[in-house]
Amino acid sequence: MGDIANSLSGAASLIASGDATLASIVLLSLKVSLSAVALATLLGLPLGAAIAVGRFPGRQGLIVLLNAFMGLPPVVVGLVVYLMLSRAGPLGDLGLLFTPTAMVIAQTILILPIIAALSRQAVEDAWVEYEEQLRSLGATGMRAALTLIWDIRFSLLTAVLAGLGRASAEVGAVIIVGGNIDGVTRVMTTTIALETSKGDLPLALSLGIVLITLVLAINAAAYGLKEMAQRRYG
Amino acid sequence: MTMRAPTSILPLAVRDLSFVAGGRTIIEHMSFELAAGPRTVILGANGAGKSVLMRLMHGLLRPTAGEIAWSAEHAGRKQAMVFQRPVLLRRSALANVLYALELADSPRPGEQARKALADVGLSHLADRPARVLSGGEQQRLAIARAWALRPQVLFLDEPTASLDPTARHAIETAIDAIHAEGTKIVLITHNLGQARRLGDEVLFLHQGRLVERAPVDRFFTQPASAEASAFIKGELPWV
Amino acid sequence: MGLIWRIAFALLIALPAYAQDKFITVSSTTSTEQSGLFKYLLPIFEKKTGIAVRVVAVGTGQALDIGRRGDADVVFVHAKPLEEKFLAEGHGVKRYDVMYNDFVLIGPKSDPAGVAGGKDIVKAFQQIRKTQSPFVSRGDKSGTHFAELELWKAAGIDIAKDKGSWYRDTGQGMGPALNSAAGMNAYILCDRGTWLSFKNRGELTIVVEGDKRLFNQYGVMLVNPAKHANVKKEWGQAFVDWVISTEGQQAIAGYKINGEQLFFPNAGK
Repeated sequence: MGDIANSLSGAASLIASGDATLASIVLLSLKVSLSAVALATLLGLPLGAAIAVGRFPGRQGLIVLLNAFMGLPPVVVGLVVYLMLSRAGPLGDLGLLFTPTAMVIAQTILILPIIAALSRQAVEDAWVEYEEQLRSLGATGMRAALTLIWDIRFSLLTAVLAGLGRASAEVGAVIIVGGNIDGVTRVMTTTIALETSKGDLPLALSLGIVLITLVLAINAAAYGLKEMAQRRYG
Repeated sequence: MTMRAPTSILPLAVRDLSFVAGGRTIIEHMSFELAAGPRTVILGANGAGKSVLMRLMHGLLRPTAGEIAWSAEHAGRKQAMVFQRPVLLRRSALANVLYALELADSPRPGEQARKALADVGLSHLADRPARVLSGGEQQRLAIARAWALRPQVLFLDEPTASLDPTARHAIETAIDAIHAEGTKIVLITHNLGQARRLGDEVLFLHQGRLVERAPVDRFFTQPASAEASAFIKGELPWV
Repeated sequence: MGLIWRIAFALLIALPAYAQDKFITVSSTTSTEQSGLFKYLLPIFEKKTGIAVRVVAVGTGQALDIGRRGDADVVFVHAKPLEEKFLAEGHGVKRYDVMYNDFVLIGPKSDPAGVAGGKDIVKAFQQIRKTQSPFVSRGDKSGTHFAELELWKAAGIDIAKDKGSWYRDTGQGMGPALNSAAGMNAYILCDRGTWLSFKNRGELTIVVEGDKRLFNQYGVMLVNPAKHANVKKEWGQAFVDWVISTEGQQAIAGYKINGEQLFFPNAGK
């Protein structure tokens, strides 16, 4: 108990101190995870919607695959991306290994299935309600899918937040492709891992609390936004 | 008269239509023709196949056998359908009508949308979110949206079943106005009074078959088939 | 759909790719980084040459593998046999001794094996085996792990066969292994640098030190640009040269924790 109380006050003083290193680590974490979420949403929402309203051979198999990949182990994704981006790998010439871009790529791959699978479910449920009317009006295929996505945007927000949660929480992928380089690819989760391995558990826990607080704040803001918008648009 | 497309998709010829789903035969060897002009009401007990027939005609379902033959191409764009419960987008009332017009590549969507709302008396709610409107207002909006495209045929599947008498009256007024402008009305209803008010002819379905077809007055006063008699008595036991 | 791809692409390149900066990538070990040496040493080099040094700190096996793949310009590890193999495979240009530090045997204050205060590490290992006292091994093919295995060999113990439940093969880095040892009150071989910075000691303390067999030699190599064309050979060589130069060696000697020197420069000796 004492450890936790210590770390809570440690977290508070960390935030209050405005420590520059901490600030840059937090900023990088946000940049990497938010970029990954943006990319994964851009690609995953239409993908999920297309699968939801489409009818094609292998659709069921694809749905099962997508659902299963929600549980992709981050460290495995990291390893695969590492092998791809390594100089000895196929994309080595891009020189992306050990950069924040590599981290974004790995996290995007990791959370794309989450956003796609959850939006597929939401769109499919909504499609039951909307299908006849949309088809009657002449909206089909991608057009219908995009109309649906926009109409159920508040429900889809949950899928996006799930992706954000996964991205900001994981360490396995970013540590392998990023290399946890001080000042370059060190983010909150990798710092926590590092401090833990150095035995500085109170600091690690304090950083963990800062991270959780950050994610809480983002979720609260998203919820508030959603409530406001729902009141305006029904 | 504001008929848009010069080529009429009517008459519609339904030939030997069958529809099987989940192992059950829902429509069985149905044949008839729908001509422009008379308002057609489809009647029948629950499970007779009325909604399925309407969806087959409108193209939402594909026949298992037989054909739905319109008299011109692109019949899909010249029809519209109103459902029992209107499905509106999370946008303003005006935006909902705009959406339909934009889908149809209308030349002046903004102008047409406002006119459509005015036609059903919803101009004052143009910027209100469609989903917060009352049931009756939503259904009027759905009709405005369908009517904005000036379809040649308007299908309505129990459009007032969920509405109170005042709202029902408003909808019936709108349907009358639409018919007056030349659109063919095809209506499913359980409300026999509404059938008499709005219909010119009746298609009576029983267990997936077209059992009787008659002008509306004769259908109710002198039903030719036993099933129709039983139906009317069942719905109006005092007759 | 095209719009989506364009936005995605724009997002990706908007992220700083760090391609313009002047930097080299050095793969090294967790113990080196966690001792704090790099945080102290690298700014000196960067100030002098303007070359930023990015350190990827992993286990020795992985550090050398990074070099093998050409993902680093320089490798800086402490496992001479593995380094020589790396060289023989043609992945490195030349190996230089840089510095050494020493390992210490850490154990619980209660000292169940009765080895505290001794100066003979091999005897201590034998004692631990005899008393079957809990012992944590890194088990991760790191330099420290290899040093530990050599000591078992020197003690005449075939640890692969002889290990019982007292021998905990954790497969972890130095810090986490120390955490485990603290939690289990076990003995563990550790490099002095990591031990000095380790904060979660619990009941553990240094029990044996100073035996010559505990010395841990560090070596530095430029990754072979003939095999890996992308290696930044001028800047990488500049780093290697500096680290074995008088200035670099003095800087290494200058690094202290609580007034204690951790690394002893021995380039060219």
